[in-house]
Amino acid sequence: MYVESSKGKIRRLWDFHGGLHLPDNKRQSLQTDLTSATMPARLILPLRQHIGEPAIPLVKPGDRVLKGEKIADNTAPVCAPIHAPTSGIIKGIEAHSIPHPSGLNGPAIVLEVDGKDEWADLPAPINDFQNVDKSLLLQRIREAGIVGLGGATFPAAIKLNPGKAIRTLIINGAECEPFITCDDLLMQGAPDRILNGVRILQHILGAEECLIGIEDNKPDAISTLRSHLTDDEPIEVVRIPTLYPSGGEKQLIRILTGQEVPSGGFPAQLGVICHNVATTAAIADAVLEGRPLISRLVTLTGEGIANPCNMEVPLGITAADLIEQAGGYTGKSSQLIVGGPMMGFNLSTDQVPITKGSNCLLAPSEEEVPTTGSALACIRCGRCAEVCPVNLLPQQMYWFSRAKELEKVQDYNLFDCIECGCCSHVCPSHIPLVHYFRFAKTESWAKEKELQAADHAKKRHDFRIARLERLDAERKARLRKKKEDLGKKKPVKPAAKGEDAKKAAIEAAMKRAATKKAAQQSPPKNTDNLTPAQQKQVDAVDKHRAETTADQE
Amino acid sequence: MQFQTFSSPHTDRPNSVDKVMLQVILALLPGVLAMTWYFGPGVLINIVIATLSAVAFEALVLKLRKRPVMPTLYDLSAVVTAILFAIAVPPLLPWWLTVIGMAFAIIMVKQLYGGLGYNPFNPAMAAYVLLLISWPIPMTSWLPPVVLSTNPLDFMQIVSAIFTGSPPTGLEWDAITMATPLDGMRTNLDQGQMISEIFQSPVWGDFGGLGWEWVGNWFLMGGLWLIYKRTITWHIPLAFFAGLTGLAMITFLFDPESYPFALFHVFSGGAILGAFFIATDPVTACTTRKGQLIYGVAIGMLVYVIRTWGGYPDAVAFAVLLLNMAAPTIDYYTRPQVFGHGDNHG
Ligand code: SF4
Ligand code: SF4
Repeated sequence: MYVESSKGKIRRLWDFHGGLHLPDNKRQSLQTDLTSATMPARLILPLRQHIGEPAIPLVKPGDRVLKGEKIADNTAPVCAPIHAPTSGIIKGIEAHSIPHPSGLNGPAIVLEVDGKDEWADLPAPINDFQNVDKSLLLQRIREAGIVGLGGATFPAAIKLNPGKAIRTLIINGAECEPFITCDDLLMQGAPDRILNGVRILQHILGAEECLIGIEDNKPDAISTLRSHLTDDEPIEVVRIPTLYPSGGEKQLIRILTGQEVPSGGFPAQLGVICHNVATTAAIADAVLEGRPLISRLVTLTGEGIANPCNMEVPLGITAADLIEQAGGYTGKSSQLIVGGPMMGFNLSTDQVPITKGSNCLLAPSEEEVPTTGSALACIRCGRCAEVCPVNLLPQQMYWFSRAKELEKVQDYNLFDCIECGCCSHVCPSHIPLVHYFRFAKTESWAKEKELQAADHAKKRHDFRIARLERLDAERKARLRKKKEDLGKKKPVKPAAKGEDAKKAAIEAAMKRAATKKAAQQSPPKNTDNLTPAQQKQVDAVDKHRAETTADQE
Repeated sequence: MQFQTFSSPHTDRPNSVDKVMLQVILALLPGVLAMTWYFGPGVLINIVIATLSAVAFEALVLKLRKRPVMPTLYDLSAVVTAILFAIAVPPLLPWWLTVIGMAFAIIMVKQLYGGLGYNPFNPAMAAYVLLLISWPIPMTSWLPPVVLSTNPLDFMQIVSAIFTGSPPTGLEWDAITMATPLDGMRTNLDQGQMISEIFQSPVWGDFGGLGWEWVGNWFLMGGLWLIYKRTITWHIPLAFFAGLTGLAMITFLFDPESYPFALFHVFSGGAILGAFFIATDPVTACTTRKGQLIYGVAIGMLVYVIRTWGGYPDAVAFAVLLLNMAAPTIDYYTRPQVFGHGDNHG
């Protein structure tokens, strides 16, 4: 397929297997203009709002903090700092319910808002970023706590430092999930922030071209961004067909470049980096204004919420406070979803804070999202396979997941599943396929860990056996030597002979242990895939073994 | 406020098993009506007997297995099995054979394997083959199409024939039954007749047997509608016809007086019904697209081989069951290339 991108260029688009045309349900939340949420009395700031290590608090209860002040960070390589969204007093650092599919609690900083909204000293704006060293910009982006705002929450600065030459920068404005409209409104309302962010990213990456991919159900966003482009810059706004999940990173890269990110690999391997539009805008704020990430746009929608809308929201506000500001509940919904209907997850309580990755709160009515219905057996109709964007065979993966045959599920490429939900959506037997796949993934990880632990234990065991056998051999050798000493009044070379016997016995013991180990070796996979820590341990054991053997000679 | 939790995706599911089955039943209707038109109300009576017994057996087994009865009956799969069986057997088949067939199909072939979705063999076809082997005479005693019949039976005669298992008083079986076109073609060919001679007989229409070809046409309509509705895909039917006509064309070109032309095969026996409604049974067919093509071609070719050189005049049931056995293996070797596993990395 060919489309005209901005500036009259004709661009080829590729397609991916499967996908769904879903009712987009975006109109509800686009009825009203973007507003700002009012600051609640209390903010809850979980220490883990990103992929990687949780941040460590830099404040203690009773401290007064200013708006934009860093309150938690971690020196671990993969982490993003957290900043105070407004001024106030730290009330405590405690376990609190967090937006996570598990429904478990996590540590969070509780900030009592003082209402003064007093800014901390922010780092100076970097306006001539073109002439500034990349590392400085990366440092700025990292310090601003920016993560992927499309929901992935991977620290942005790390993604921008791929260590590979990047040819194409892709900006994800697809927003393919039904109901969600916050990226759409951002593109319409803040095209300059996005485009400035793009320019900064292009400078950092040295990318030749930048493609902003937007689904064609957002014509206003497309035309607004196009009209804000200057003539001579290598940035194109590409209108892509509306097809779920074209906003998935790998799918979007495929659509715009025709390339497939290798299984288990990264886009940077293809010379491509992909960022979401909201992330890009946040990067512009950080570089051009020194502003850290302390707020985001959130879509509030579904017939369960009185006034569906989009709001600029301070991080840490609870879903309950926010929905209150959107007119409260209508009573038409029995569930609350964070994210879109396809990939979002249910909250069990609305006392959960908005975090960096929360783009939408959806309270659908029974008509919008029915909650009843039980699953029947799989009739192998193959519809799931037909719509799978990864070209998997969900019916086979389901079969083996149910039977808990994890290796077979992995054989069918379980780990390539992006959990997009297309398969479950079309299944006539209403089987919660994605649920099974998540479960199979978790089980596989657990098993892998177990195997690694067992492998580790086995190594220790082998070593111990070898050591015992060696000690035994030594003892026997000593005994023999004694006997020989007693038997022969004048041994010719008693010491040497004794040493020889000892050495032979040690060697024999080592060999026995080695054969035993080889015989017991569980699937090669487990020893191939040692973690660095384990490898280190194994190496240490080997070294020790070598040393002790050497000592004896 | 507290909320219930469900697993994603949170959407209104557009498909359901009962919808699928209902569409299959609707798609069968035109062909069923045409059959009734050409072969009398025995067709409908068979369908009723088969449906009632299939549903009863299903309910019974579910009760014994301590499974909820209603949801399974609502999925309508037993009804589809019953109809497919009933239209595959002769219209005067004694009622108890239909009941035995359904008992076998539902209890042995379907439920003992775990019910819908777990059965490796197509229940209707397995029952058909069981009866054909055990009771070959009644299973091959077809009526002539009404237009050709010298002794057309009235409704009560048909009812009595089905329920007593004996021909109406004053008539012999031979007087009221007639070989199917496929059967007739075989016998005539075996007697050394030329195809051009054989087609002189009034039992032939344009492509196949008179009446039969029209029944085929109506099943074809239903099948195409299923493809249009996306209840089935084109892969298996098209591959089936490709396999069948491909072989038929080769032999026809080789010796047109001993091997009927390809369309004869399409419009005879259970070919159309088999291609659209039986080989496409998702549970027992291949599930990968490539696999479905192989599966369809193989069934089509097998049908031709058995019809032409095998021991039975029609062969859809045998061919389907044989390929049912091969389906898992074919699936295994025709897995599609997963995203990111090819060499399309730029
Ligand atoms: S869509 Fe559902 S019923 Fe059909 S093959 Fe897939 S899992 Fe089975
Ligand atoms: S959830 Fe996984 S298996 Fe299902 S359609 Fe998406 S990628 Fe394919």
